[in-house]
Amino acid sequence: MSVTTDEVRRIAKLARIAEPTARLEALTQELNGILDWVEQLGEVDVEGVEPMTTPVVTPLPMREDAITDGNVRDKVLKNAPNADAGFFVVPKSVE
Amino acid sequence: MTATDTGYIIHGMKGDWEVVMGLEVHAQVQSQAKLFSGAATAFGADPNTQVSLVDAAMPGMLPVINKECVAQAVRTGLGLNAQINPHSRFDRKNYFYPDLPQGYQISQFSDPIVGEGEIECEREDGSRFVVGIERLHLEQDAGKSIHDLDPNATYVDLNRSGVALMEIVSKPHIRTPDEASAYVAKLRAILRYLGTCGGDMEKGQLRADVNVSVCPVGGYAKFRETGDFKHLGTRCEIKNVNSLRFIRQAIEYEANRQVEIIEEGGKIDQETRLFDAGTGVTRSMRSKEDAHDYRYFPDPDLLPLILEEDFIAAIKASLPELPDEKRKRFVEELGLTDYDASVLVSDKDRADYFEAVLEGRDAKLAANWVNNELFGRLNKEGLSITQSPINPQQLGKIVELISKEVISGKIAKDLFEIVWEEGGDPEAIVEDRGMKQVTDTGAIEAVVDQLIADNPDQAAKVKDKPKTMGWFVGQVMKAMQGKANPQAVNDILTKKLLD
Repeated sequence: MSVTTDEVRRIAKLARIAEPTARLEALTQELNGILDWVEQLGEVDVEGVEPMTTPVVTPLPMREDAITDGNVRDKVLKNAPNADAGFFVVPKSVE
Repeated sequence: MTATDTGYIIHGMKGDWEVVMGLEVHAQVQSQAKLFSGAATAFGADPNTQVSLVDAAMPGMLPVINKECVAQAVRTGLGLNAQINPHSRFDRKNYFYPDLPQGYQISQFSDPIVGEGEIECEREDGSRFVVGIERLHLEQDAGKSIHDLDPNATYVDLNRSGVALMEIVSKPHIRTPDEASAYVAKLRAILRYLGTCGGDMEKGQLRADVNVSVCPVGGYAKFRETGDFKHLGTRCEIKNVNSLRFIRQAIEYEANRQVEIIEEGGKIDQETRLFDAGTGVTRSMRSKEDAHDYRYFPDPDLLPLILEEDFIAAIKASLPELPDEKRKRFVEELGLTDYDASVLVSDKDRADYFEAVLEGRDAKLAANWVNNELFGRLNKEGLSITQSPINPQQLGKIVELISKEVISGKIAKDLFEIVWEEGGDPEAIVEDRGMKQVTDTGAIEAVVDQLIADNPDQAAKVKDKPKTMGWFVGQVMKAMQGKANPQAVNDILTKKLLD
């Protein structure tokens, strides 16, 4: 598996990373190096093996349905570049 | 079922088209706290007051799942006659939008908590049809963007951010606008019976995305036979339609739009569209080519969700009676007609009201009074059953007074009016205002004798034309202010005039 410079540009855009035009070529090679290296795993025969998404075997911790949090609007808005009347204020985002 | 059976065919310029729909319904899980945080879910709070640092996606905050939300999803799955998956997991759906602080939504992509199921729905004409459920998964809701508070800025409230949603995906088994709204109505009823979702569409507790495609007549039957989607047309998804009426309108518009494009030699683009309730049209929402590249991957913050058998069994054992079972019981045990029973069970509040009226009383009479008198009056006044000025105990007493023949059916309508307008105890009203039915044959006989004496010609006519006895019935009732027992009046008149 490998990626093209166009794909890298697109992934950067989707991740909201400034498109690194000057570095695009180098970045593509770097990423392909990583992909090649991971590709070695393809040699392992995983026929009939369930995909493992975590090596942790403890059960998923759960909490009770109780209101234990919230009411911290000042904290939530503290780092916002702009806020008004309790809302975050962001550049117009109408589609 | 073929398109001809459902009757919904679009007659184009070049041929006949049938319409195929599948719905994705987002139902807000009824819970105190959010899916992955302890912040409250109540509707209508001040902006950003029900937001924890987890919901605001502050660095280092970790999600911990709400057990009750998991139980609610399982409960719903069982109510949809669906497969519960003992092993499911959460994935990240990545996209950027101001009301999604994490930059991803935690959802379930490849392994949902609930698999295939089916529900039976009812068309407007009373006939029934089955819709297959593809899956149900748990996910986080996003916050709310408000665009009209400032001409140059968008205001964001994260109160809804992180509230648990169940996305319920149907199979493409829906064929007409009426069926689409019937499906949502049935789904809503089941959720409300289960207590897993409030179902209030105005508050956004239930939102539907409608997938619509058209194909030449016969295509759907081939699809059902083979399971091959190539027999269906390309679908468009109409996002967030928030009322049953809008669902029907949006489908009608969209299906006709697609037929027009195809017949003009065009091609349908698979896209997301928005329904404008003001103009009744759908329009393309976003054509950003990247919009649908969500780059799902398993959420590393959450372990797989493993459900123990006991957990599922306990929920199964505590399921309430659902609308279909209730309807069946009303028909089989109470002797109601299928129609009456269907109307009563269609909404939980209605069914609850009826059962409170019933309390061991005459079921058919109770159903008749709830379905006709009460619902008729409520509709006229634009009130819902929960806003009824007459409570079930009062209506129950009215029903009881009729079945015990204390009052006549006619007087009962007057009594209903009095209780509606003034309230009070129906029994006491009947007593205080002298509304009791007269069954005393002596009193009725006296009135009848007087009438015959005053109208000898009329009385003579009855022997030739028995139907004219109706005039006497009316006169007796009038003389006794409607309080005479109609059966007693008939018996006495028959005896005196015909024998």
